[in-house]
Amino acid sequence: MIRESYLNTFVLALLIAVPAWAVVANEPFTITLATRAVIFALAATGLNIALGLGGMVSLGHAVFFGIGGYAMGILAHHAQTYTPLMDGLFLIEGTKSMPVIWLVAMVTSGIAALLIGLVSLRTGGVYFIMITLAFGQMFYYFSISWATYGGEDGLSIYLRNDFPGLNTLVPINFFAICFTILLIVLLLNALIAKSPFGLALNAARQVPQRAEAVGLNPQRLKLVAFVISGVITGLAGALFADLNRFVSPTMFSWQTSGEIMIFIILGGVARLCGPVVGAVVFVMLEHVLGDLSDYWHIYLGVLLLLVVMFVRGGIVGLIAGKHVAHD
Amino acid sequence: MTTLLIIEQVLNGLQFGIMLFLMAAGLTLIFGVMGLINLAHGSLYMVGAFAAAAVAGLTGSFVLALMAAMAAAAIAGVLVETVVIRRLYAADHLDQVLATFALILIFSEGTRWVFGSFPLFLNIPAYLSGPITLPGGIEYPLYRLFLIGIGLLVAAGLGLLITRTRIGIQIRAGENDREMIAALGVDISRLYTLVFALGAALAGLAGALVGAIQSVQVGMGEPVLILAFVVIVIGGIGSIKGALIGSILVGLTDTLGGIFLPQLFKLFMEPATAQTSGSALASMAIYILMAAVLIWRPTGLFGARA
Repeated sequence: MIRESYLNTFVLALLIAVPAWAVVANEPFTITLATRAVIFALAATGLNIALGLGGMVSLGHAVFFGIGGYAMGILAHHAQTYTPLMDGLFLIEGTKSMPVIWLVAMVTSGIAALLIGLVSLRTGGVYFIMITLAFGQMFYYFSISWATYGGEDGLSIYLRNDFPGLNTLVPINFFAICFTILLIVLLLNALIAKSPFGLALNAARQVPQRAEAVGLNPQRLKLVAFVISGVITGLAGALFADLNRFVSPTMFSWQTSGEIMIFIILGGVARLCGPVVGAVVFVMLEHVLGDLSDYWHIYLGVLLLLVVMFVRGGIVGLIAGKHVAHD
Repeated sequence: MTTLLIIEQVLNGLQFGIMLFLMAAGLTLIFGVMGLINLAHGSLYMVGAFAAAAVAGLTGSFVLALMAAMAAAAIAGVLVETVVIRRLYAADHLDQVLATFALILIFSEGTRWVFGSFPLFLNIPAYLSGPITLPGGIEYPLYRLFLIGIGLLVAAGLGLLITRTRIGIQIRAGENDREMIAALGVDISRLYTLVFALGAALAGLAGALVGAIQSVQVGMGEPVLILAFVVIVIGGIGSIKGALIGSILVGLTDTLGGIFLPQLFKLFMEPATAQTSGSALASMAIYILMAAVLIWRPTGLFGARA
């Protein structure tokens, strides 16, 4: 366990050192890559709460990632075209303010997670995987057919949204925002895991019958964890859309769900920094292998296959040794 | 006019559903017998379509193309089962999902590497193309009727295989208790490979048959795969009968919803808004159907096990 905390410190330090070097060396693209890794890490940390703590194999987390993205896209789109979002009973204007966008992204993805969780958690195991995947697909097709917000083409936002007191157009500033959020969420994740709720959830994951016998409600615990998980991934979606200044139905696609899950598996399930390690390695692979070959997904596939078949516990497990990983 | 349109759309929905059944049957068998969730099933569908397009291009024979599709998908299935999948039966669902996701990446990029990114075309043979007049004066494409016929034939064949043959008995026994039939002397690993090859061949057949009315391209398998999941969830995992009824339900809902929901909305909305919201709702219709079935029966219509 001590070595894992060393590893966590090392990874997070690396995530500060590389962009800091990039500022000095004037390499803005490296900062963008690091920001991408941090946002992916945040999305995967969200999923890790459902997957690692709650044992829910959700193959539909692209739903929340996409909802976050569209929350940003829709609000900023209305702000940049000076059209109100709604002018019926209340007048709701678009906005370019990041904190407001984050709040909307988190609330809407939380509501979506609650509804999807209510239906999906009626079942378990392999049904749960298929249902979450199907819900992801539902949002994907809905976003394609929703012509008001770009349909298949998505929405472009001309300027990055504003954060009070910071110029977000400077890459390192936006990186700092994303990294701070990641740190806060990782801290929350660690607190949740040690809290009474986290312990109860752990029990509900391992032996739901026993958890029930001592008076806990496994379904409700899992539902709460699923909502927290969706909220975090939704926030990551809003940041990702802001990084690219673009949202499209791709954010809802099943490949996105699969990739978010890959980050966790590469890094290590139920490890605090597993998603961070996984996301960093993934972005590095994407960059290095993508340069080597147009068909880099083959190498990614082979690597993933090897990790699943031979390296139980992902990279963190490989370096820091076994602990009570998923069962 | 409207009755004709309705009948035509019902036939379209039936055809779509029957093709989904070919996918769903393999998936549900593989899950039922081996307890494996196979995301790469869509890749086998794609392999079948590409093999058919390649063989049809070389020989010009549609029958040969269909046979090649089934053979290629079955061979790919056996290969994948013996090299990778076999090690995953004891693993948890998470590992299965990831390993088969990795297989999708390998299959898709590999196919792109060999055949390029452009779609291939598989032509409907002359003796199956053109419309046919049904009783009642409906003009309907012969090829789509052929698809319905071949699908129903496969469904009947599968039914017989499962209920009447020795292999079928072993498959059903395997669904009930894997350890027990291994203890009774059935070569369980050969049975697994066989079931996997059967499922793969069905997926390949579906890919080739559908490839002739759509284009044959990389990534064609996954949307169908996810629909097949919806079918299985609705029908109940492990049940062939559930897969058949679920497929037809999903096929009809999707096709009829796409046509009639916008029409329905036009009754009380402006035409433009009705078109948009109608088609948006139609794109979600099957998932709403799935949610409704789950709320009513969490293990699907014919799913026995929790």
